[in-house]
Amino acid sequence: MGRKLLIHNDNMPNIHTLEVYRANGGYASVEKALKTMQPDQVTDEVKKSGLRGRGGAGFPTGMKWGFLAKPEGVNRYLVCNADESEPGTFKDRYLMEKIPHALIEGMITSSYALGAKTSYIYIRGEYFYVARIVEAAIAEAYAAGWLGKNILGTDFSHDCYVQVGGGAYICGEETALLESLEGKRGNPRIKPPFPAVAGLWGCPTVVNNVETIAAVVPIINMGGEEYAKIGIGKSTGTKLISASGHINKPGVYEIELGITVEEFIYSEEYCGGIRNGKKLKAIVAGGSSVPILPAALALTTAKGEPRLMTYESLADGGFLTGTMLGSGGFIAMDEDTSIVKNLFTFSRFYHHESCGQCSPCREGTGWMEKILQKFLNGTANESDVDLLWDIQSKIEGKTICPLGEAAAWPVAAAIRHFKHEFIEIAQKKKFVDISHYDRLNKLVKA
Amino acid sequence: MSSQVHGAQKFDNAKRSETVFSEDAMKTVQTIISRYPADKIKSALLPVLHVAQAEFGGWLSPETMDYVASVLKIKPIEVFEVASFYSMYNLKPMGKCVLEVCQTSSCWLNGAEDIVKYIEKKLNIKVGETTKDGMFSLKVAECLGSCGTAPMLQCGASYHENLTYEKVDSLLENYKAEGKLKSYTDLDYKNTL
Repeated sequence: MGRKLLIHNDNMPNIHTLEVYRANGGYASVEKALKTMQPDQVTDEVKKSGLRGRGGAGFPTGMKWGFLAKPEGVNRYLVCNADESEPGTFKDRYLMEKIPHALIEGMITSSYALGAKTSYIYIRGEYFYVARIVEAAIAEAYAAGWLGKNILGTDFSHDCYVQVGGGAYICGEETALLESLEGKRGNPRIKPPFPAVAGLWGCPTVVNNVETIAAVVPIINMGGEEYAKIGIGKSTGTKLISASGHINKPGVYEIELGITVEEFIYSEEYCGGIRNGKKLKAIVAGGSSVPILPAALALTTAKGEPRLMTYESLADGGFLTGTMLGSGGFIAMDEDTSIVKNLFTFSRFYHHESCGQCSPCREGTGWMEKILQKFLNGTANESDVDLLWDIQSKIEGKTICPLGEAAAWPVAAAIRHFKHEFIEIAQKKKFVDISHYDRLNKLVKA
Repeated sequence: MSSQVHGAQKFDNAKRSETVFSEDAMKTVQTIISRYPADKIKSALLPVLHVAQAEFGGWLSPETMDYVASVLKIKPIEVFEVASFYSMYNLKPMGKCVLEVCQTSSCWLNGAEDIVKYIEKKLNIKVGETTKDGMFSLKVAECLGSCGTAPMLQCGASYHENLTYEKVDSLLENYKAEGKLKSYTDLDYKNTL
C-alpha cells in the first residue's frame, strides 16, 4: 500500500469541515511554521523536499520561491493556480472538493514563507460549486483565527480570497492567469519579466498549483528531508494522478513517485486494468499536451527498462520514445480506439482555447483541426500527413506561451507512433470509427 | 475564445436605465470588490460578470455590460473584451437551462458523442440551438475536469456525471419540473461570491 500524504483522509466523513480537519492534525504546519520557524527556514524545507510543481511543468518549487524578489515596501502575492483545465486532469477538483482546508493550510504556511500578506485562489469558472466549498472553508478559517490579523498571536496577518475565472484553458498559464486576475483577457505575457519579479499588478508574485501548495503541509510537518526519502532521484514525494479512459476504476489516485506504469494500470490498488477484457493500445500519461505513447513504450522504455511513474522515467527517450508526467492526467485507451479521432478532439480543444495572440498558434491550431476533420470525413490525402507534420513543427518555440507547443506535441506523437492509421484512412478514402465506447452497455445501465 | 461575438447590437437606452443590481446582488458585488486593493477594482470584473449574468436573464446584453462598466468605473469596451473572450459568458439569450456536454478526449472515449446525439434527438434541437419553449439550450464544452466520471454534462453550476440515457431522461424531467435554472440561485451564488 503506497503512502498517502495529501488525500489519506479523503473518505473521512466531514473532512471538509474545519472541526474534523483540525481534529485530524490539520493546521499543524501553520503552528509549526509561525511559532518555531523563520520564513526562510520554511522555504529551505521546501527546497530540501525536492517538491516540483504539480500543475504540469514540474519546476522545482523551492527554487521558484527563492526567485521571489523582495523589494522594500512592495506587496508580495501568492496565487494558487486552480484553473485545472488540462484534458484528463481532475485531481485539483477532487482535493478542493474533499479536503479544502488542506489547500487553505498550505496557502497560509506558504504565504508565511513568501512574506505575502494576501493570496488568491484562482478557480476555473466551471468549478463554480467547488469555489463555493473553498469559500465556506475560508470563512471557517477566518472565524477560527487561522486567517485574518495576527494569526496565532504572531505578527503574521494574512487574507486569502477566491477568484473565479470565466472559462479559458489559457488562464492555466501563469501570466495569462495574472492577466485574468487583473480583470482582462487571458493573453499570456512575454517572459522575462517573470512573475517572481513582476506579477500580479506588477508586484512580485509566486504562482503555484493547488497540489503543490497542499504538498507544503506534509513537507513542513515531516520535514523536507523525510519527504525526499519518498520517490526516486529527482522525483520525490507523492503525486495525485487523475486516471480515466477505458480503465476499470477511473478516479484520483495518490501514488508514491516511482511505481511502475504497469502496476498503476493493472493493479487492483489503482486502475484495475482495461475494461471488458480489452488490450491497452495507448496512453496519454500527463494530460493532453504530453505525447501519446503506444502500449509497448508505455510499459517499457526504449532501453528495455520498466517505465516508472516519475518525471525522469516517463521522459526517458525524449519525445522519440518517451513522454512526460505533466499534470498526471492519465488517459488509457483500448485496442478499439481511433487514435486519429482522439487526436481530433485534442486539436479541436487547442484551437478553441488559443488566445489568438500568436499567429503560429492561432492559425496553426485551426489548420490542424481542419486537416484532421478531413481525415474524419475520409477526404484526406497522404500528403496531408506531411502537411500536419509540417504545421506542427513550425509552432514550437515561436509563440509567447507553451499552448502552441501543447497543441503541436500531440499531433507529432500521433503521427510518429500511429502513422499507419492516418495513411490507411487516406488510402481507403474512408474513416471507419472503430472506437467502441461500450455504447449500449455503459450508457443504458445506470 | 467565445464564438458568440455578434456584430453591433442596437443599444436600448430604456432597457439600460432599467438595468440595476438588486440590493442583494449589489451586496455581493461590494464583497467581491473589497477583495482587491482600492485602485484595482477592475480585478472584480470576471466574478461580477457572473453575478450580472445570473441577475439579468442568463446572458450579457449590451445594456448589462454597459451597466457593469459603470459599476466598476471602467469603459464598456473593457467589459466587452472580457465578456467576449471567456466561454462562460453568453452574449445572446439562452434557454433557462443550458446543457453543456463535454466533448474532449476521455469524455469522447466514453460516449460523449452519443450523449449529444441523444439529447439532440430528444429535444429536437441541434448543438448551439434553444428549444422553442425557451427551456433548454444545448452546447458542447471542452474538458470540464470530470474525466473519471465520463460522459458528463454541466448545467449551470451542477455537474451531471456518469451519464446514461436514463440519467439524461431523468435530469431533463427534473429541470422541466423545476422550470428554471437550478444552479446559481440554488447555490445562493448572488449572496456569496
